[in-house]
Amino acid sequence: MAAVVKIEEIHKIYDSGEIPVHAVRGVSIEIHRGEFVALMGASGSGKSTLMNLLGCLDRPTRGRYLLDGIDVSQLDRNELADIRNQKIGFVFQGFNLLARTTALENTELPMMYGQQRHSARDMRQRALHSLEIVGLSDRADHFPNQLSGGQQQRVAIARALANDPEILLADEPTGNLDSKTSVEVMGVFQKLNEQGITIVMVTHELDIARYCKRNLILRDGRLVRDELVPDRLNADVEMKKLKDAEAAAKLTSG
Amino acid sequence: MRVFNTIKVALRALRRNTMRSILTALGIIIGVAAVIAMVSIGNGAKAQVEAQVASLGENVITVFPGSFNAGGMRSGWGSASTLTVDDADGIKREIPNVVGVTAEMRDRAQVLANGLNWNTQIMGESPDYPSIRSWPIGDGAMFTDQDVRSVAKVAIIGKTVADQLFPDGNVIGQTIRIRNIPFKIVGMLAAKGFNLFGQDQDDTVVIPYTSHMKRVARRPNINSILVQAASAEAIDKVQQDITDLLMQRRKGREQDFTVRNQVELAQAATATSQTMTLLLGAIAGVSLIVGGIGIMNIMLVSVTERTREIGIRLAVGAHGRDVLLQFLIEAVILSSLGGIIGIVLGVGASELVSMKTGWPILVSPASVIVAVVFSAAVGMFFGFYPARKAAQLDPIEALRYE
Ligand SMILES: Nc1ncnc2c1ncn2[C@@H]1O[C@H](COP(=O)(O)OP(=O)(O)OP(=O)(O)O)[C@@H](O)[C@H]1O
Ligand SMILES: [Mg+2]
Repeated sequence: MAAVVKIEEIHKIYDSGEIPVHAVRGVSIEIHRGEFVALMGASGSGKSTLMNLLGCLDRPTRGRYLLDGIDVSQLDRNELADIRNQKIGFVFQGFNLLARTTALENTELPMMYGQQRHSARDMRQRALHSLEIVGLSDRADHFPNQLSGGQQQRVAIARALANDPEILLADEPTGNLDSKTSVEVMGVFQKLNEQGITIVMVTHELDIARYCKRNLILRDGRLVRDELVPDRLNADVEMKKLKDAEAAAKLTSG
Repeated sequence: MRVFNTIKVALRALRRNTMRSILTALGIIIGVAAVIAMVSIGNGAKAQVEAQVASLGENVITVFPGSFNAGGMRSGWGSASTLTVDDADGIKREIPNVVGVTAEMRDRAQVLANGLNWNTQIMGESPDYPSIRSWPIGDGAMFTDQDVRSVAKVAIIGKTVADQLFPDGNVIGQTIRIRNIPFKIVGMLAAKGFNLFGQDQDDTVVIPYTSHMKRVARRPNINSILVQAASAEAIDKVQQDITDLLMQRRKGREQDFTVRNQVELAQAATATSQTMTLLLGAIAGVSLIVGGIGIMNIMLVSVTERTREIGIRLAVGAHGRDVLLQFLIEAVILSSLGGIIGIVLGVGASELVSMKTGWPILVSPASVIVAVVFSAAVGMFFGFYPARKAAQLDPIEALRYE
């Protein structure tokens, strides 16, 4: 099976400041359909930079990037925008939802800029379907400020799914969430992955990485480790444990 | 295809900031309202004067005593008249393409009949008067050249005078006394109504000019001469001929009369009001531009404030063009809506002014169309710079913006 993501000797050098920063120094990775990858590393190791390259938000200084067989390293601004729209779903640490805009309208956003035209009804239906996948169809008309952090992040995931992307990319999706909500979001990811969606996510936390199938570790812009997760955690099981512990705490304190 | 979605996006964005949208549009609203009101009032004034001049009749040339030249007005216009009946006769006799001439006398006097009395305008005219002024005789007949020659004591009266002096109808054949001289009524002018200045045109008595000069005013000179040319094309030539003839008759004395056709009269009369319209319109136009700058200001703030939103849109696949269009559409919708509200307010304001002051107003469709198009163009022009700024943002940097 062809790789969804294939990067070869990718470099990224930021030379906007006084001294150029060599943030990614020759990384080669292949990610296949159905994988669930956690990208780890210390702060400043180049994780976000690499994610932005994978997400076609930025272009590599050197190296080749084949996304779904297409060489995207040479595409122009608009072509990259179309790739982002059609093939990539991006989830951000800070949710990045449009304020004063309902969950439904936020989810419709990628379809607004799609190549194929959707009728308003079609858009609404697809957005509702995406919200259903993340378990939020009953909150479609809520505004972001009426939703919890976990719910907001699930809306962001629904938005990322709206155009049926080849790959879901998430830069520290649980970075702004408490541990229980993090497990909730990881549960959504695991469910999506079981349905065959390829996911790459950045995380700082080792226990979050253990929900994934494969861990990549970056150090100073280089890939230093690439291993399968031996003892994967299951979000449903962990959630049950957390709830039991909570109940127990209540019992003892009460 | 994406344009439709972009319009939707722009409308949603405007709705999210209703208060700000209204305030932004306010500049345009006031500007357009001012333009519409000023132009409407100015046009009304102009139309009023034009109608006044047009009511003089068709293809009419007027000869006034007194002369205008580079040195300005030489003698008072209409004062110490220098025009004579001979001048009028000369025009009638010698100039081709003239279909009617009347030597005019004007005076106010008390008119008595039936034991009633009424103060009205007494006009001395020739029998051509009704046709020159396109003012038909409603009842009876116009007096004749014979009446003029014989200085006859006959009169044609207007509807108002008839109503005042003969409340029971029966007018023709009755006698009225002007300055105690009895005149027999031979005809009645058709009702013409009020002119735009609110003057009752039917409040008049017309008698032969000879009778007026000898029996009423007792003056040797006439107030003016009205000449009707055969056609609009003939006006210029007739006008020149009149000047030449009257100069010839003055045998080298300087010009002591003025010949004006209706168009010139209209122009002279509307010149001031036009200048005022232009001036007020210009001031209003400036406020429209200030409104446009207000839109630009808010759009610039909006682009900065919504940097993250722009980043999100770019990240999910919006092209720079989509973002540009969104902000441009927002600006154009704001300014056009402002324009439309401004028109409503402007028309309302002019109606109000008209009601309070009695000035006529004229809202021309052209000024409405120009206002809408211009306000949309203002939005386009002043919205472009902020919109382009938004479109050129880098997605990552926009997303990182705090
Ligand atoms: N736009 C930029 N201009 C210049 N240098 C940059 C830019 N973005 C990132 N860097 C630098 O590149 C290096 C990698 O940054 P990156 O954001 O990829 O790290 P990270 O692994 O995501 O860190 P963290 O875990 O804190 O998010 C850092 O040294 C950072 O200072
Ligand atoms: Mg990072």
